[in-house]
Amino acid sequence: MSLTIEEVRHIAQLARLSLTADEEARYQVQLSAILDYAARLRAVDTTAIPPTASVLPLDAPLRPDEVRPSAAGAQILAHAPEATDGMFRIPPVFP
Amino acid sequence: MIDLAALSLLEASHGLRAGAFSSVELTRACLERIQRLDAALFAFVFVSPEGALQQARRADQALTRWRKAPSHALSLLTGIPVAVKDVLCVQGMPATAGSRILEGFLPPYTATSVQRLIDAGMVIMGKTNTDEFAMGSSTENSSYGVTHNPWDLSRVPGGSSGGSAAAVAAGLCFAALGSDTGGSIRQPAAFCGITGLKTSYGRVSRYGLIAYGSSLDTVGGLARSAADLLPVYQTIAGHDPLDSTSLSASVPDVNLQTGDLRGLRIGVPREYFIDGMQASVERGVRQAVEAFRSLGASIQDLRLPHTDLALPVYYLIAPAEASANLARYDGVRLGPRRGKGDLLDQFLETRGALFGPEVKRRIMLGTYALSAGYYDAYYGQAQKVRTLIKQDFDDAFRQVDLIACPVTPTTAFGIGQHGDDPLSMYLEDVFTLPANLAGVPGIAFPVGSDDAGLPISMQLMAPSLGEAGLFHAAHAYQSVTAWHKERPAL
Repeated sequence: MSLTIEEVRHIAQLARLSLTADEEARYQVQLSAILDYAARLRAVDTTAIPPTASVLPLDAPLRPDEVRPSAAGAQILAHAPEATDGMFRIPPVFP
Repeated sequence: MIDLAALSLLEASHGLRAGAFSSVELTRACLERIQRLDAALFAFVFVSPEGALQQARRADQALTRWRKAPSHALSLLTGIPVAVKDVLCVQGMPATAGSRILEGFLPPYTATSVQRLIDAGMVIMGKTNTDEFAMGSSTENSSYGVTHNPWDLSRVPGGSSGGSAAAVAAGLCFAALGSDTGGSIRQPAAFCGITGLKTSYGRVSRYGLIAYGSSLDTVGGLARSAADLLPVYQTIAGHDPLDSTSLSASVPDVNLQTGDLRGLRIGVPREYFIDGMQASVERGVRQAVEAFRSLGASIQDLRLPHTDLALPVYYLIAPAEASANLARYDGVRLGPRRGKGDLLDQFLETRGALFGPEVKRRIMLGTYALSAGYYDAYYGQAQKVRTLIKQDFDDAFRQVDLIACPVTPTTAFGIGQHGDDPLSMYLEDVFTLPANLAGVPGIAFPVGSDDAGLPISMQLMAPSLGEAGLFHAAHAYQSVTAWHKERPAL
């Protein structure tokens, strides 16, 4: 298989996904199959072929720096798992 | 007493304008059908009967005012019930994207595409079921339940816009909005026997669309015919300053003609007729191509040599983009939060518990393809091959005006058929993925039915911004055939 179980655990950690042992084993098989299939791209000669990041030209249109209304704070805070005094209450980055 | 829900969108529109019936009556007819049929279909994840009737009453007032002064323009869409795929935000309605990680989310704003329909007086009935974060080809990946195909309840409606397709096919509404990142409008339209349009990348604003693969995502529509779909397309298309990838090209008026397609060059790519595809699907598509020939189009053989690379390219690029787009769902500031330990533990637990398996697979695929040491071989190479696939289309459109091909290798498959084999599910998308990689528009419409009575459909693709050509051709076909008039027995 393309992926070892350690690699699956490493990817899951990078992606911040907790997996059960069952999921780890299942995804190892499934992801390996998909990556094996995707490996056929390696045989394609892409010398001097530029990558396509977007089918449209990537220029960022600008606008005048004018203040515009955006959503009301209370409306957004209503979806916070924890909110205090109009602020998001979040877990500390450094415990 | 005419069955209002059985009317076409244009018939309903004419009836409203003539005062033959009201938007409230039309909306009630749809609500009655939803109440009667949607328990078995599960096309809608959210319906707002009171909200819909309130919008209908406003539309009736607009229609009354218009009848007194008909010189004022009034959108054809005024008073017409429409459904919205649950990846598009509508203020006042929940938006789940088929995911538990967005459970309870009420968007503080409305997507531009939906707002344009609201401004045109359409009645938003509710939100339709979708594969989670639009990742899927069957709507089986919704965390809220599976949508059933109205033609055969044991089969999938397709995905990821399966709810929208089922709702239109079952007459629960007259049109629906969907999104198409790898085929998610065209394939469910094909499985449900209706007309579905993937728009050119950048043609319709993505503001308010919950992002999956940002270089591939498009917003489009579904209806029971090209003629019905046209006003929906014209209303949602066009530049939006809120979407920096939206094209500034104007949206031309389209007057649908019938009949003569002389001068139209249609290419049929041999790479889209593969071993293992359902024989009746191939037959149905080829017969439809002959119908285009009888209408005067010239048909030619075409090569799109990199077609078979579209699948591996898509299943590296889309997951890579998804892994970035879905990184925001972390339980820190918004949404449900899981885990009792430190910050890392809460990230892991929130995302682990609330994302479904397909989403987790794609996030991991994308993370791997972008990770140090693998980026060049996987993601980098996929981007280069994407250029080759786009060049195939650029070359083809120098020789032909439209490309004709199947939408899917088979008709609608059974619920559970692809079991635990994601790759076999991905192979359903082989004919739809290339258009997303190239950014070109495509329209799917029914051209027959198989021995099990399931719809067989075909697809036309055009160069970017070529939607008018798609509508002309599809409408010409629908003017001389009746497949789009078939209705599932419900």
